[in-house]
Amino acid sequence: MILGIDVGGTHTDAVLVQDLQVISKIKVLTNQANIMASLLEAAEKLTKDNNVNNINRIVLSTTISTNAIVQNKISRVAMVLLSGPGLSPTTLNLGKDAYFARGYVNHRGIPVKNVNSREIADISSEIDQNQIHYIGVVGKFSSRNPQQELDASELLQNDSRKISLGHTLSGQLNFPRRIATTYLNAAIHEIYQGFVRDVQEFIQKFGLNIPVYILKADGGTILIDQSLDCPVQTIHSGPAAGIMGVLATTRMKEDAVALDIGGTTTDISVFADGVPLLEPSGVEINGRKTLIRGLYTKSIGVGGDSVVRIENGEILIGPQREGPAAALDGPFPTPTDAMIVEGIVSFGDSGKARNAIALIAKKLQLGVEEAARAIIEKMAAIIADQVRHILAQINNKPVYTIHELLEGKIIQPKILYVAGGPAAVAPFIAENLGYSYLIPEHSEVSNALGVALARTTAEITILADTERKELILCEEGHVESISRNFSLADAIETGKKFLREKAVCMGAREQDIFMEVTESQQFNMIRDFYTTGKNIRVKVQIKPGLISSGKER
Amino acid sequence: MPAKEKKTGLIFFPAFDWAISPNHPEREERLLYTQDQVFEEGLLDFPNILEYKPGIATYADINRCHICVPNPQNLTTNSHLISAGGAITAAQKVLSGEVDNAFALVRPPGHHSMLVAHGARGFCNINIEAVMIEYIRHTFGIRRIAVVDTDCHHGDGTQDIYWNDPDVLCISMHQDGRTLYPGTGFIDDFGGPNALGATINIPLPPRTSDEGFLFVLENAILPMLDEFKPEIIINSAGQDNHYSDPITNMNFSAQGYALLNEKLAPDIAVLEGGYSIEKALPYVNVGIILAMAGLDYSQVREPDYDARQIRQSQEVTRLIENEVKNLMTLWKKKKNLKKQITGSAAYIRREKNIYYDTDDITERQVETVRVCNACGGLVMIESAADTGKKIYAVILPNSCCPTCRESGESFFSRVNGSQYSHIYFQDRQRDVFIVK
Repeated sequence: MILGIDVGGTHTDAVLVQDLQVISKIKVLTNQANIMASLLEAAEKLTKDNNVNNINRIVLSTTISTNAIVQNKISRVAMVLLSGPGLSPTTLNLGKDAYFARGYVNHRGIPVKNVNSREIADISSEIDQNQIHYIGVVGKFSSRNPQQELDASELLQNDSRKISLGHTLSGQLNFPRRIATTYLNAAIHEIYQGFVRDVQEFIQKFGLNIPVYILKADGGTILIDQSLDCPVQTIHSGPAAGIMGVLATTRMKEDAVALDIGGTTTDISVFADGVPLLEPSGVEINGRKTLIRGLYTKSIGVGGDSVVRIENGEILIGPQREGPAAALDGPFPTPTDAMIVEGIVSFGDSGKARNAIALIAKKLQLGVEEAARAIIEKMAAIIADQVRHILAQINNKPVYTIHELLEGKIIQPKILYVAGGPAAVAPFIAENLGYSYLIPEHSEVSNALGVALARTTAEITILADTERKELILCEEGHVESISRNFSLADAIETGKKFLREKAVCMGAREQDIFMEVTESQQFNMIRDFYTTGKNIRVKVQIKPGLISSGKER
Repeated sequence: MPAKEKKTGLIFFPAFDWAISPNHPEREERLLYTQDQVFEEGLLDFPNILEYKPGIATYADINRCHICVPNPQNLTTNSHLISAGGAITAAQKVLSGEVDNAFALVRPPGHHSMLVAHGARGFCNINIEAVMIEYIRHTFGIRRIAVVDTDCHHGDGTQDIYWNDPDVLCISMHQDGRTLYPGTGFIDDFGGPNALGATINIPLPPRTSDEGFLFVLENAILPMLDEFKPEIIINSAGQDNHYSDPITNMNFSAQGYALLNEKLAPDIAVLEGGYSIEKALPYVNVGIILAMAGLDYSQVREPDYDARQIRQSQEVTRLIENEVKNLMTLWKKKKNLKKQITGSAAYIRREKNIYYDTDDITERQVETVRVCNACGGLVMIESAADTGKKIYAVILPNSCCPTCRESGESFFSRVNGSQYSHIYFQDRQRDVFIVK
């Protein structure tokens, strides 16, 4: 059995899953001051009729990293940057604790200037004077050659310091994003470590000794011990749970759009052949663009409790929420009230809902039912327009080969999956888009189910340069020698071997390691009219998805 | 440091799956390191730098500026349609007001493709700037356009297409044709009889560095643009003046390129040549993008940059100053030259031998222009290539006068078809293209 727990802002949901089927589920209120108490409460209530010893893994989503960043409960971080020439540092978003040091490598990973140990020693003593214990070291093009980051780190390392290195967090190119990612990783390390201790305590109290996984931003799981060095990967764990929940409750295989309609906002996500899309460069958090692999989601300010008002004879919905629906004694008419009047949901005081909608109806010079209908259709139209806009954006994403430009995959969803309290609006949105729709089963605990069934994801970036006779596994910081004849196929094979090891180390079961090559390119390198080697670039990943149906141990 | 940020559109299409041939300079790898540098510097995350996917040019777009023999279908592949389409996308974004300026970082290039095209020359099949310019005129009704060709090679194709067009100012500065392909582009190539001074050539001595290029810009190009008053300025942006370029001999740097683009302030830049793919292009392109976007480019430089190493000699400085002086004297006289050149002739004839180095084709061409004071003049071309194809073309200019139109239509209807494989009628004013 798997125990999946989604710790949300309001509720903590938990499910017990056996053979991919929900056997029991529970919802408790989240105690923000004591997350552990919520975890324990949910887990105890859920397992009271079941044998705890049948549980062989626990998977959690967490808001700890996101909240630490958004609420600025983070540690002070010294950033040591090996930036070299290029974009002026004045354009980067750097705090007062940024130290620029000599050393940089070029786009091929060839060192141009080395790290200067005396300079790093000076920086080190300044960091000491400022009593900073968390350090980020980031070099330009360090994902092409991590050596200088490693050199600087070795010079800075001591027992009172925790150092995050840029190249370990992503194999992608983007120096400013690498800086932001590394900064955040160092900044939340302390609070995340506390969270991990709490979880381990919870497991002990619960009387278990089984692996615990955390859901990452990309909808994949990682063993909690393995996540200690890369806490930043666990931001956006909650939204990822929502998207994995759609997969878990629908088992879809097609292009689709999923909506999670809440009180204040509606979150839109997109699936291609049943696989949730990832953010192309990395997720953005609190205005910082990062390289963190994360599931694509767009949040818009329309939900069941959005304020409905009339301006110049037009219905406006959101983005404000001023309280619950009028039916629940809220101050303003809301789409939920319209749905109550329309008779597609029923709760609260329908008289109060009707009175609220009547105010709108009067301004529109319509009957109350007509006005309710108009509000629902307007809400549906706003959401449908956003869906169309997002799909156009995704389908118009720049590509860099003629093949992709002419024959690239176009996402053409025909179905809408809708979850959330105000999901009753689904038929109206689907009609506007010309899609069919489905409100999945167990949708009230779908996030927890998504958490429980998510597989371990990982990615590896391989660069081989046969002129330099060198291969690098970017995120691993691993460099090895290769022969002149090293081929694209060799690179893919090497990538798969390392990816498998990495995934197992992160906690993947053998039967859940579905690898795919997401990028494979090779270029002839020609210098002075002679072929001097090949530049090979490969990315291999285990994409987000559900664990396989093989019986749990 | 540039004063004001601008919204810059970037159409980046490196065509990673296309090459002229595996070892050719125009190959898959060409923009690879540029992409790396642009991505690593995080340029695409700036809110004022917007990346767009290129469109695909149509054959009708090509027929507005070329006479392709036998037709554009046979002369182009998807790569050419996308590269020209990328230039068109850049124009659309700028002229619709979505961005302030745009850079089409696309390949393959186009500035060696001439009006009549029997094949590829200088790595170019179709002239992507000219396709874009005719699209701009047709779609947005813009008349006066300036093209500043900053590639190291003479922009002979663009010059040929606009030789008789007084409304398109083609300025090419390039390494002296006596020392580099295509061997043309001297100061006295000054435009057709009705468009004198609308073609400007500024040959520069080998080893010209930043100082020389910027001197030419400030003392010749900018004053000419001020006087010509174009509605839009296009930079035909080759990057092979760089000191590390393997097939040229100049000493320009990434800083120089950025500064040139800041001062020139083109509305649209279109990539042309540049084959120092590892040591120049990544830095030059980052410099140009930052300069166009009005962002600080002062820290952009090549790893091996050394200003002293590449500084031009005093001899080069003297040659350039002299060249600019002669050119400006000619420029001031441009209005008086027509009578001198045309005399009392009603038509002026020009004979050309054109070699297509990429496809190994030789063409012999006779171009006849009607001397006209009201428009660019009717143009008729007879062209025979050693492929066995012989064609005749009648071309009406963009702001065609009634007399030229009447004569052109009449020539087209009367021309004896038996000796030509195709006869073409290109009406740039009414966007009509007929082949018989």
